[in-house]
Amino acid sequence: MKRLMSGNAAAGEAAVLAGCTCYFGYPITPQNELTEYMAKRIPEIGGVFIQSESEIAAINMVLGASVAGARAMTSSSGPGISLKQEGISYLAADELPAVILNMVRGGPGMGNISPAQSDYLQATRGGGHGDYRTIVLAPSSVQEIADLMPLAFDLAEKYRNPVVVLGDGMLGQMMEPVSFDHITRGETYPKDYILTGAKGRASRMVRSLLFDVKEEEEHNWKLSRKYQRIEQNEVRYETYLIEDAKMVVVAYGTSARIAKGAIARLRQENLKVGMIRPVTLWPFPAKIIQEAAKQIPDFFVFEMSAGQLIEDVRLALEGKGHVHFYGRPGGIIPTPVELYRIISRHYYQAERSRKS
Amino acid sequence: MKKVYSRPRSLKETHFHYCPGCGHAIVNRLLAEVVDEMDLRDTAICVAPAGCGMLVYNYFDIDTLESAHGRGAAVATGIKRVRPENLVFSYQGDGDLAAIGTAESFHAANRGELITVIFVNNGVYGMTGGQMAPTTVIDQVTTTTPGGRASDQAGHPVRMCEVLAVLDGTSYLERVAVNKPAAIVAAKKAIIKAFQHQLNRTGFSMVEVLSPCPTNWKMGPIEACKWIDDVMTKHFPLGVVKEVKC
Repeated sequence: MKRLMSGNAAAGEAAVLAGCTCYFGYPITPQNELTEYMAKRIPEIGGVFIQSESEIAAINMVLGASVAGARAMTSSSGPGISLKQEGISYLAADELPAVILNMVRGGPGMGNISPAQSDYLQATRGGGHGDYRTIVLAPSSVQEIADLMPLAFDLAEKYRNPVVVLGDGMLGQMMEPVSFDHITRGETYPKDYILTGAKGRASRMVRSLLFDVKEEEEHNWKLSRKYQRIEQNEVRYETYLIEDAKMVVVAYGTSARIAKGAIARLRQENLKVGMIRPVTLWPFPAKIIQEAAKQIPDFFVFEMSAGQLIEDVRLALEGKGHVHFYGRPGGIIPTPVELYRIISRHYYQAERSRKS
Repeated sequence: MKKVYSRPRSLKETHFHYCPGCGHAIVNRLLAEVVDEMDLRDTAICVAPAGCGMLVYNYFDIDTLESAHGRGAAVATGIKRVRPENLVFSYQGDGDLAAIGTAESFHAANRGELITVIFVNNGVYGMTGGQMAPTTVIDQVTTTTPGGRASDQAGHPVRMCEVLAVLDGTSYLERVAVNKPAAIVAAKKAIIKAFQHQLNRTGFSMVEVLSPCPTNWKMGPIEACKWIDDVMTKHFPLGVVKEVKC
């Protein structure tokens, strides 16, 4: 059965079905519908809902709930996510699972409340202090938000690492039909690290302070090895019409949806344009881009920012291929027609330069 | 022969790292004694702070989480809400609780979270080398108030028990000291009472402990203990600040 729901509400429902029992959040647009949904939904399952005094408090409550063994999440948008970075760094250092949803808005600073993709680098480079990474999932529809929430909780527990679900104001607030029929509590992972009281066992401590630099270095290498395993095992992406493509659009989330509309028009005119849509922004699907570059000379990066995803595409290409770019920062949502015009211009220019 | 004094079960068999004359070791021991005597070791979960108290997990033989600086009350909230049957207490210093963590402390208290805060007030940032704390008294010399704390420039010492007492969520707030035997006995009683308030689900409880820091006060240990009586208690009067029926 399908229900008409906003992305924010769908994220909440899917989280609950995925076994999330604790939600902590602070109001910020454009993700308030999620906090409000959880205020009603979490008490129905006997879980914990707290509207915290700040985003900093919320992420620390998540950390407390996580170390106590619960599936816990928080959500926010740009400015609030900046405040949560302290806690996310501690979660990564303590190797505690947590899910953090960011419905990105225009920035920097207060910015505005319109959809944007300007938190890409913050999300994919750790975001807080220290050498760490967060797994970043980028849905591109309300249904995919629902589909990715159980995966987010599973990956968080599997690797004992914070997972960021990176949406934007449009994905959060638009309503679409969404099915939850297939969404269940995922895997069960051993929790031999949680704090329950030391009954019948040695006491445990969960900490990130390691004064001994050798210990701290070994902890960093341990995390690094874990990140390598994640890079090997957890890359997810979608390819769209790349088999015969002369130009491949690389876009994620809302941008990827706009790009699909543009590509439909381009294909009508027989312009051979396809798309690679990263679903995991970290780990980044570099291999498929490298593979594609063996056949396809031109890559077109499209994002709702002044140019962040483009860095990963360039890194993946290692100097191969031509990289084209179109970005709209500041909360602007470009239309498929607008993008179609830009891509076709780049397509013809690329074709001419190949011939000459 | 009857054994009258030994290491509490809830303390690990190791040496404290604290400076000579520091009050933290006394507070650590009192907490371990209380946890043992109230038979709470199986359910106790401690939240450690940033600061000198941070390394309590090297001493407590109970489950312990190290919190980010100032976030103890928020982290303890998360733990306690998930595990209401456990005894959850945070151990925090003055900078941790009353400067960087004021919001988290205030709102956990206001929500009446069923946690206990052990607040060690020694009037300075000890671990970082003796800078001014929110509880540094007027005219007290620290590394960042070299001419003594002047209220027009650096504000006034914060009385956290009195601040939190106005909140309906708090049920037990007492200020004690660990500078002499009688005071230490009273401090232990206060910790027992605070834990009882948590176990009876009465409300948020906190014990503020005036604690000597001879190193950063630039005093001998005996002089530091005397300074608590002569100066510190004038700003921070000892006793029960708030107690609702438990």
